[in-house]
Amino acid sequence: MIGNAPFFVVGILFLAALVAIFMEKNLIKIAIAISIISSAVNLFLVALGYRTGATIPIHYLAGEGTVMVLPTPQAMTLTAIVIALATTALLLSIIMLVYRHYGTLNVDEIRRLRG
Amino acid sequence: MNWNEHLPALLLAVPLFGAFIAPVVCLFGKTTRNILMTGITFITLIIALLLWKNVLAGGPAIYVMGGESFNIALPSGMALPIRIILEADAFSAFMVLCGAIAAFAGALFSTNYMEKFSGMGRFTSLYFLLTVGMLGMMVTGDLFNFFIFIEIASIASFGLIAFWRDKPEAIEASLKYALVSQVGSMVFLIAAGCLYGKYNALNMAAVGSLLQFGTMEKLVLVFFVGSLAMKCGAFPMHMWLPDAYAEAPSGVTCLLVAVSQASLYGLMRVCFSLYGINLGGSFIPWMIIAMGLASMFFGVSMAVVQHEIKRLIGYHSVSQVGYMLLGLGVGLLVLKDARSMAEYGFTAMKGGIFHIFNYTMYKALLFLAAGAIYYATGKRDLNQLGGLARRMPFTTFMFVIAAAAISGLPPFNGFVSKLLIYESVFAVHPALTVVALVTSVLTLASFVKVFQTAFLGPEKNALVSTREVPAGMLLGMGVLTVAVLGASLFPAWTLSNLVEPAAKALVDQAGYIGAVMGGGL
Repeated sequence: MIGNAPFFVVGILFLAALVAIFMEKNLIKIAIAISIISSAVNLFLVALGYRTGATIPIHYLAGEGTVMVLPTPQAMTLTAIVIALATTALLLSIIMLVYRHYGTLNVDEIRRLRG
Repeated sequence: MNWNEHLPALLLAVPLFGAFIAPVVCLFGKTTRNILMTGITFITLIIALLLWKNVLAGGPAIYVMGGESFNIALPSGMALPIRIILEADAFSAFMVLCGAIAAFAGALFSTNYMEKFSGMGRFTSLYFLLTVGMLGMMVTGDLFNFFIFIEIASIASFGLIAFWRDKPEAIEASLKYALVSQVGSMVFLIAAGCLYGKYNALNMAAVGSLLQFGTMEKLVLVFFVGSLAMKCGAFPMHMWLPDAYAEAPSGVTCLLVAVSQASLYGLMRVCFSLYGINLGGSFIPWMIIAMGLASMFFGVSMAVVQHEIKRLIGYHSVSQVGYMLLGLGVGLLVLKDARSMAEYGFTAMKGGIFHIFNYTMYKALLFLAAGAIYYATGKRDLNQLGGLARRMPFTTFMFVIAAAAISGLPPFNGFVSKLLIYESVFAVHPALTVVALVTSVLTLASFVKVFQTAFLGPEKNALVSTREVPAGMLLGMGVLTVAVLGASLFPAWTLSNLVEPAAKALVDQAGYIGAVMGGGL
């Protein structure tokens, strides 16, 4: 049960952020929700590779233990973090331009492209 | 050294190299930049052609990055491939060819279309990055790398859609696309992570060889289908697509059409090569068919009422994607039933795959023609256009060809692929064909409207000084016109050399897995 706790946290974070994306009106809050989703996915990947009582996956630093955590999800997470950083930065700069053009961050008022 | 073996890697390396030298090269002025843009995309096109030729002759090509040897997927008796593996079978090579043609045409078109604007160093760089992302999605053999290439393509396209950042609509379209595509790609990553957690592998061939269809796999498949259908603009998640296509510069839209096809490629790769014969039940195939029908009908019915030319064509993209989903969904439905597969399933898949080629060519051409009208007149609203056929004869000619092809008029290639889809999906249920036919009629109606209002009729006073667009733009459109006409005049050759190997490769799951896992399943 306690071993599954990270996955429950991932589920809660993911759903909460998804609800926020659909319900929130402020673009900055939506951007925050997007980065919460990325964090939830990263947590999911790291938790996947964890083995109880295992050591770091570097051979000469591992010490006595013979069980190591999986290195691949960690490499994936690092890559995903970098990608999430880039998209968050880009998203925020787009939001900044939206504010400059529309003078508001309310999604209901940004609607030139409806129909 | 044999260059042919390195083609899958070169396919990504050449545009990536172009992306990084572009900001420097663009300091040397307009001519150097244009040479770089057309040169790099032309070399990519040549590589794509060579890759396609090799794959047709010698079966799936694999390329191992970072290994001691570039063509051994399983070194020293390992059970699972652990390195970054590129894998190109006939279907990937076919998609790469479509994408490379669109990239080349878009680059030729952009040389003249974008010359008035500053920031072209960044534009060129992002254009090449978008090309890399698209081609990478088509040749990668690895789920996580697929995610990375999705993100490369998405980030580049956010920037390119918002390139005219003084226009509020462009920013809004880019924001919409960014939100939708971020959620989509995160869902994709979760699905890839779930598969990794169960099978300890990320390579599509390795996962495909181990896969047992259970509850988790069902959920993962729904995630994959949902996220990739979102990225290719299928019906319930299509709202970003017309906006993004309409607001991006036309040369970029031409490439974005091919990028959405790369997502469709991913969808098909997951359904056929990852799940394939292990796919239990007919829920997912029917879901894909239903999505296809809904995209076709709602896409075209929203297109009919539009009066802004690029937005109208954008809504037609939604409906055209529906045809491919329909054809390939029917193929997936009868995948395990050898008799129905031979009777009509394979024809449906050939139709769907041929439609991918046709769609990429004529839709890219339509967007370029719409861009040419905008360039020449500065207007995009159909109500303000009229009588352009006298002023822009070449653009008119190419627009007519593309419009006839998309409406499925007989001598053109759109007719061939649509006919293949009609006659094969009829065997599943006649209603499918009825929806497809109605869509085709409405498509014709809306393009007759565009052609009549924009090109025929009396000349508007505001448009008297309109002139034909410069040579670069005409050349860009010409490349696509030649592709459309080629596929129209030689449908038998195209079907047997281009389409059939691709359809066979897509059905042949064991071949795809065997290329990496070495024969023994």
